[in-house]
Amino acid sequence: MTDFREIEVKDEWFQPRAKSTGKAEVVVRPSLSYWADAWRRLKQNKLAMFGLYFLIFLGLAAILIPMFSSHSVTATDLPNQNKAPSMQHWFGTDEMGRDVFTRTWYGARISLFVGLMAALIDVTIGIIYGGISGYKGGKVDLVMMRIIEILYGLPHLLVVILLLVVMEPSLTTIIIALTITGWVGMARIVRGQVLQIKNYEFVTASKSFGAGTLRIIRKNLLPNTMGPIIVQMTLTVPSAIFAEAFLSFLGLGIQAPFASWGVMANDALPVILSGDWWRLFFPALFIAMTMFAFNVLGDGLQDALDPKLRG
Amino acid sequence: MVNYVIKRFFMMIGTVLIIATLTFFLMHAIPGSPLDSDRTTNPTIQANLEKFYKLDQPLSSQYISYLKSIVTFDFGPSIKKPNESVNSLIGRGFPISFELGMVTILVAVISGVVLGTLAALRHNGVIDYLAMTFAVIGISLPNFILATLLIRIFAGELGWFPAATWQSPMHMVLPTLALATGPMAVIARLTRASMLEVLTQDYIKMAKAKGLTPWKIIVRYALRNAMMPVVTIMGTMLAGILTGTFVIEKIFAIPGMGKYFVESINNRDYPVIMGTTVFYSAFLVFMLFLVDIVYGVLDPRIKLHQKEGDPS
Repeated sequence: MTDFREIEVKDEWFQPRAKSTGKAEVVVRPSLSYWADAWRRLKQNKLAMFGLYFLIFLGLAAILIPMFSSHSVTATDLPNQNKAPSMQHWFGTDEMGRDVFTRTWYGARISLFVGLMAALIDVTIGIIYGGISGYKGGKVDLVMMRIIEILYGLPHLLVVILLLVVMEPSLTTIIIALTITGWVGMARIVRGQVLQIKNYEFVTASKSFGAGTLRIIRKNLLPNTMGPIIVQMTLTVPSAIFAEAFLSFLGLGIQAPFASWGVMANDALPVILSGDWWRLFFPALFIAMTMFAFNVLGDGLQDALDPKLRG
Repeated sequence: MVNYVIKRFFMMIGTVLIIATLTFFLMHAIPGSPLDSDRTTNPTIQANLEKFYKLDQPLSSQYISYLKSIVTFDFGPSIKKPNESVNSLIGRGFPISFELGMVTILVAVISGVVLGTLAALRHNGVIDYLAMTFAVIGISLPNFILATLLIRIFAGELGWFPAATWQSPMHMVLPTLALATGPMAVIARLTRASMLEVLTQDYIKMAKAKGLTPWKIIVRYALRNAMMPVVTIMGTMLAGILTGTFVIEKIFAIPGMGKYFVESINNRDYPVIMGTTVFYSAFLVFMLFLVDIVYGVLDPRIKLHQKEGDPS
């Protein structure tokens, strides 16, 4: 043990500290924007990244493969009905001799197109409607919310089925039918966010600097609602894809000879107990994989974009 | 509470009325008469038929008699099956669909809650990992795809269960499984998330400090509160199961209401479409009404008259 009385106290121990060079306030690491931070978090989530890469691959393949495939989507080849997968037909052929491989990728086009279009339209209507309702508040909000409450109470798929019974079946019809009640969920989320954010101090500060309504919406409100909106979008897309497949399966969606995964599954129904497994397996696999990819990506984005969860 | 119930009740009536009106005008917006496909009939028969289905009257009086038919619960005859009324179709099909739906809900809720609770108790353990993998797969697999896969494997390859119709408990296994997996996965995930949150609460620590058995803590204290989000999504889930019965009954050839509904869509039997749609909607809206009230009774913290909707 040291006896402290024996320590020699030196004068140089008591020199004044060198003046601060002013660097103490400099941020050492580059500051991360909200999006960069979210991306960093998302990258750590392997499952979500798998979903993202799978979807990018699916999108590219859906565009390219039907363009370069040597088989046509609709051309029938009756001598080659229900052929098992081979070098010539990688996923086999269906009851009309059509190539299941080409049809599967064509179906991917339809599914992704329906899903993305439905989500885009939902977002557009949802942001406008929810934004006005939340920003205006008061009586306007009350009336607009009553309308939403009524629409929310309607059974979604039943309304869609009714519309499809009445309208000519086509891709546009499906998208219209899906979005006619689909935007309600998005509008509610946007409205909730706007209602909350518009009372924050930074919005008041903006206002006190003389910012107009448009500038506040564009610069303050929208960027801060983007997180929940994107998460909701990644959940809208798979539910639209499911709805399209479901409706096509019921015979209300895309009409034969054109292919969508739901149509292909429906066509395969009579032969599921005989040996032609590939007819059902490939569209089923692709629907499931796509829904899986969107779901895990949505989960990952939810974790990455939600500031409340940051440790 | 009473005020809230009354308010919700009138909203329920309003919603059904909107759907009924929407259905009516959509069906009448279709160009041509529903009888057009029977081109061979002579004009007299055609006129008689139109009279029988009240198609000769102006739209407004048709609408009023239609509303009357809803209130008196008499949806008239089917057009494609002349000696069959919409009521008898509903009467025959609904009990079967109801049975399928109820069994599905029971299976989904019980197994979902058990799975979610186990996952939460073994947070980040093997059971948690397996249960959540299963849940993500369950959510990603549409019920009609799952149904066809189940038939292929368990009815085709293995031959354990019958592939179609609705006669014995053995017949119920595959359709129920196909319909229940999705909701079960959703419930399992929700239960796990809210259970994890509840388990960190002070009253759970308190219960542990009192020396209660883990079983008692879970069932009496944790589960009760963890169940609240599950009750909230019951409404959406019911709607999903209801529409799910359309395809499941089609695939398994179950003579329920969903099968008749799909049939009526495919051969454009308008009275049947209208009747079943209104019936389905009324049933669904009524179930949502019940769920809301049960929710209020279960959670006294929620003041019903100022309840604000939660988008998720």
